[in-house]
Amino acid sequence: MNKLGILTKSIWVFHFASAACNNCDIEILDVLTPRFDAERFGIKLVASIKHADAMLVSGIITRKTAPMLKEIYSMAPKPLAVIAFGSCASSQGMFKDSCMRTVPVDEMIPVDAYIPGCPPRPEAIIDGIVKVMKKLNGEL
Amino acid sequence: MTTLFYYLIFPGLLFVLLVGMLASWIERKVTARVQWRVGPPLLQPLYDIMKLFTKENVVPQHAHLLAFTAAPLIAFVSAGLAATIVGMSIFFPEASFQGDLIVVAYLLVIPPLALILGGAASANPLASLGASREMKMVLSYELIFWTAILVAWIKTGGTVNLTAMAGKGAVAGSVSGAIAFILMLITIQAKLGRVPFDVAEAETEISGGPYIEYSGPLLGFFRMSQYILLVTVPVLVSIVFLGGAGIGRYVILLVIIILAENTNPRLKITQCLRLFWFILFPVGLIAIILAILGY
Repeated sequence: MNKLGILTKSIWVFHFASAACNNCDIEILDVLTPRFDAERFGIKLVASIKHADAMLVSGIITRKTAPMLKEIYSMAPKPLAVIAFGSCASSQGMFKDSCMRTVPVDEMIPVDAYIPGCPPRPEAIIDGIVKVMKKLNGEL
Repeated sequence: MTTLFYYLIFPGLLFVLLVGMLASWIERKVTARVQWRVGPPLLQPLYDIMKLFTKENVVPQHAHLLAFTAAPLIAFVSAGLAATIVGMSIFFPEASFQGDLIVVAYLLVIPPLALILGGAASANPLASLGASREMKMVLSYELIFWTAILVAWIKTGGTVNLTAMAGKGAVAGSVSGAIAFILMLITIQAKLGRVPFDVAEAETEISGGPYIEYSGPLLGFFRMSQYILLVTVPVLVSIVFLGGAGIGRYVILLVIIILAENTNPRLKITQCLRLFWFILFPVGLIAIILAILGY
């Protein structure tokens, strides 16, 4: 097992809500409920970026949150998987013409997986988790 | 050489760490079952620790480097030493010495003190807040801890040797002993930093408090010291109050801790202090008086 292999057994997720409308945030919590139970795979939410192995970025990156995202990413202990969560983070979605938008997440920091949807269904989130695990294992 | 073996392998660090990981898995699994979830696999605590030791270690720019780095190691080493002394009194009764109860009780205060040190050294407002709360928690629960120990000391005829205390039978069988045992159950919850007394950590409120700036191996050492304490503190209480340690008694205490954790909300720091000093301490005094009178 390579060094990143052990990371896939216990992914601690930090949630960066960058001007999200709260639907994505609620769907993230849905994955932890009895029906889906992400803790089966050792996944849990942590409150500090210093504990995190994966960062979920939801919502568009506004002028106000762009510097925060950069700073939080530089603070995080590497290796860190970044996941663009939902249409807004992946491609700015319906806010693409807004005056407050900056750039999609992947133009600012390296992104490992995209989870599409507005908001993404829990099944799509689990699919995204599997993609991140495969990428860390070197299968993708 | 044998001392090192006792400390590092059995019944010290390695052994107690494995038992602690198992206990932590039971804790997470029972929590999951209470919430109708499946819960993590058996080796999850081991994976967590192994993962933390492969991660990068980030030290905050304005943190005090020595105190920040030393705190987790101090917590880990002293928790391991406490576990060794408790383990020696169970597995090698001839090696236990007069006064080991007092040594263990003092060693068990060091991990919270190390947490305060680390939190205060990490140059983060939330960590400082958590360290200050941890300090108040130590002041609150230590009073009740020593009150309950005092009752057991009176009931066992003034001995402070763990093996001798276990040999005197279950203290919790008498009236004063039962009161002291209930006080001790509440104190365990606070000593282990579990809900309803997790004000210092308070994930949802101050983002993990003193732990907030810790990452990688240093966080791993803190977690390992928590695993060790999860074994040591209930086993110590079992020896002092239930007349010896056994797997059955330990699991019952563990399940009580877990169920209390899952069915209670977090108290505020003022409520904790008031509960321990002004409600539980008078009860403890009554228990002491009953013990002196022979009940």
